[in-house]
Amino acid sequence: MKNKFVKAIFAIALGSALFTSCKPKNSGDAVSGDAAQKAYVAPGKYDEFYNFVSGGFSGQLSVYGLPSGRLFRVIPVFSVDPEKGWGYSEETKPMLNTSNGFVPWDDLHHTEMSQTNGEVDGRWVFGNANNTPRIARIDLKTFKTAEIIELPNSGGNHSSPFITENTEYVVAGTRFSVPADYANGDVAINTYKENFKGHISFVKVGKEGEMDLAFQIVTPGVNFDLSHAGKGKSHGWFFFSCYNTEQANTLLEVNASQRDKDFIMAVNWKKAEEYIKAGKGKKQTVKYAHNKWNEKTHTATSEIKNEVLVLDAAALKDICYMIPCPKSPHGCDVDPTGEYIVGSGKLAALIPVFSFDKLMGAIKNKKFEGDYGGINVVKYEAALHGEVQKPGLGPLHTEFDGRGNAYTTFFVSSEVVKWDIKSLKVLDRVPTYYSVGHLCIPGGDSKKPFGKYLIAYNKITKDRYLPTGPELAQSAQIFDISGDKMELVLDFPTIGEPHYAQAAPADLIRNNGQLKFYKIADNNHPFVAKGEKEAKVTRKGNRVDVYMTSIRSHFAPDNIEGIKVGDEVYFHVTNLEQDWDVPHGFAIKGADNGELLIMPGETATLKWVPKKTGIWPMYCTDFCSALHQEMQGYVRVSPAGSSVPLSWSVGTNLPKATK
Amino acid sequence: MKNIKISSLSKVLLVITGLLFFGALFVPMWQIQLEAPQYPEGLVLRLHANKIGGDVEIINGLNHYIGMATLHTENFFEFKVLPYVFGTFALIAILLVFVAKRKAVLAFLITYVVFIALAAVDFYRWNYEYGHNLDPNAAIRVPGMAYQPPLIGYKQLLNFGAYSIPDTGGWMLTAAGILLFLIVLKEYKFNKNN
Repeated sequence: MKNKFVKAIFAIALGSALFTSCKPKNSGDAVSGDAAQKAYVAPGKYDEFYNFVSGGFSGQLSVYGLPSGRLFRVIPVFSVDPEKGWGYSEETKPMLNTSNGFVPWDDLHHTEMSQTNGEVDGRWVFGNANNTPRIARIDLKTFKTAEIIELPNSGGNHSSPFITENTEYVVAGTRFSVPADYANGDVAINTYKENFKGHISFVKVGKEGEMDLAFQIVTPGVNFDLSHAGKGKSHGWFFFSCYNTEQANTLLEVNASQRDKDFIMAVNWKKAEEYIKAGKGKKQTVKYAHNKWNEKTHTATSEIKNEVLVLDAAALKDICYMIPCPKSPHGCDVDPTGEYIVGSGKLAALIPVFSFDKLMGAIKNKKFEGDYGGINVVKYEAALHGEVQKPGLGPLHTEFDGRGNAYTTFFVSSEVVKWDIKSLKVLDRVPTYYSVGHLCIPGGDSKKPFGKYLIAYNKITKDRYLPTGPELAQSAQIFDISGDKMELVLDFPTIGEPHYAQAAPADLIRNNGQLKFYKIADNNHPFVAKGEKEAKVTRKGNRVDVYMTSIRSHFAPDNIEGIKVGDEVYFHVTNLEQDWDVPHGFAIKGADNGELLIMPGETATLKWVPKKTGIWPMYCTDFCSALHQEMQGYVRVSPAGSSVPLSWSVGTNLPKATK
Repeated sequence: MKNIKISSLSKVLLVITGLLFFGALFVPMWQIQLEAPQYPEGLVLRLHANKIGGDVEIINGLNHYIGMATLHTENFFEFKVLPYVFGTFALIAILLVFVAKRKAVLAFLITYVVFIALAAVDFYRWNYEYGHNLDPNAAIRVPGMAYQPPLIGYKQLLNFGAYSIPDTGGWMLTAAGILLFLIVLKEYKFNKNN
């Protein structure tokens, strides 16, 4: 009897041990009962926030709703997009022009929203092009890329486009230090230490958003990784994380990981402005493109500029200071008060938090431990507020909830850790799926975070979704951070590889004067046809301009004859609709570039060079009405040298039909 | 028969009536609201004294599917005449303050009522014309279907629900009519002794 009882106890103990020693924690355990409800936005209801997510190697910006994770739109920025004719229409081609000519792709890593008084204001989103260094400004009235400026003296525009609290500047720190464009670049690679220089760029932002490369600061050759602007008391300063302070030029995974501490570079940009005013900037001859979209002509222009003002950080001692930061710092984040600067050594097992007040004291009292390439290095302890001990493995990025808490992502240990900024105590941790990079709290890098949701952007999604071949969905995860404990509410797939993201309350953006359609009366496109009566076809040599209109459900003209093989035909299509959500498309058989997608009241141009004779159908590509399928027409192409006269018509046969 | 003078209260009301007629020149008189699944925000036609306003271009675009004629202000003589009519009514109302005779007010009320009746007939005629006189080559032809909007009230027209109701100016004109009626009522019923 007693024996049996012992046996039973033993069996139960064994069984439960077996049970509990199974896979410790799966995603199911991480989701509590009401998670789905928290992410649920009923059909027809609006999301609380817009989330602007970088598309990484896709080169585009995607717009999601929070908390639903629904994808609303992909805005083409640095990559051509045949869906919207971006980079294919004649009007948009100049937007992708650079000093290297037309560049059809780039690598967009970070998004940053414009701010007023340190709060997101819903006017613009900026994005960086990593590969061929550029900064883009996306206008949130139209959700369209409005401007792109190229950056000289740079390679790998990574610590960009971070922004000051009144959108005075967006900055860009070069990831690859390289010989300056104004210096001889034909040097041996192993002369890195002598010949390679870093440049950080300050791009001024005007009232209407227009960008202007105000000045650059030349620094020793290091890799700039990320950055953030000071705010509040630290307004006027900018902080950049640096790695490869070893100045290695090969096998950086080993050779750039030798020093125990790299740096966060603090830049006094107000001081830099004074030096520029005092004429301390040196004009250097460079070449970079500045591309602007004109809302009235629906056309982009590209201008090549030839000069930049450069300040030397080694010569002007009080612009830049180096703060030692363990070890290969990646993220560099400033809390909402502007007092705390969080460095994240991606190989470090702790998070150093610096104090702005202490940094100022250290600079004032010259608590330096030497210099780095002519820049004063502040003593680590003199600037340090404290270290978060054993937070996790591989800290990358930190955002803030406005309630005194910081949230840091850990790439290696795949988790988000919440900690108290002042006491540096770890408060909570949640697993992510998997290998989280950036994170975003709406307004989380501003003075006023909306500390309700946290979104983690992951690098790997193994086992989270149905597999789709060797390449799996990219992914983000939404956590509710309104309580003491972080709570996973939703996984959602994203385009490209998501890096940084920004988010703002939906009402801030949709009530900021959102454009519904372009007024046809204000359309100043040089080839506009403001009504069907203005539709026509003209020829000048072998250039043929078709002034075409589209309205539900026909083109005018829809019959064109007299086009010859070898002609360069430009279809300038004006969408005459003056109604919300009625775009028309335009495509013609054999076009070797793309299609057009034309918004109401807009004009767009497709270039077509017919190579063969015959009848070439054209049609609307965007389902516009019950008679969309009838929205079509024909172009007759005759041999080169043919005498078929140029004619066009809609509704009447021209030339007259023969019996 | 003596011409009985009207009270000063009636004179004040006449001034208000005149202002109402005058004010109606500057605001839409009538509205036809259209609702369809693909127009959740709705479309509206606003008939002013001198023009058609609202989403007239969009509605014209939609009408072509069913072969309705497009609406253009210049095709209606009414929009040339109506501003003068209301202007005249406003002047008459003010003039009556000085004439100040109850018979004259009665005559004005009758004229106005006759005008409203004629206007309603005219409006109905146009609605009928537009709703029935359809292009035989129209893309969508539904046998036996006409698209005449209601004179007043609600009617379903294919996928559109149409509400035809007075707009600000219409209510001002209605108020003017009621005021005239009240003046007449007061002068004839309560001032018998005079």
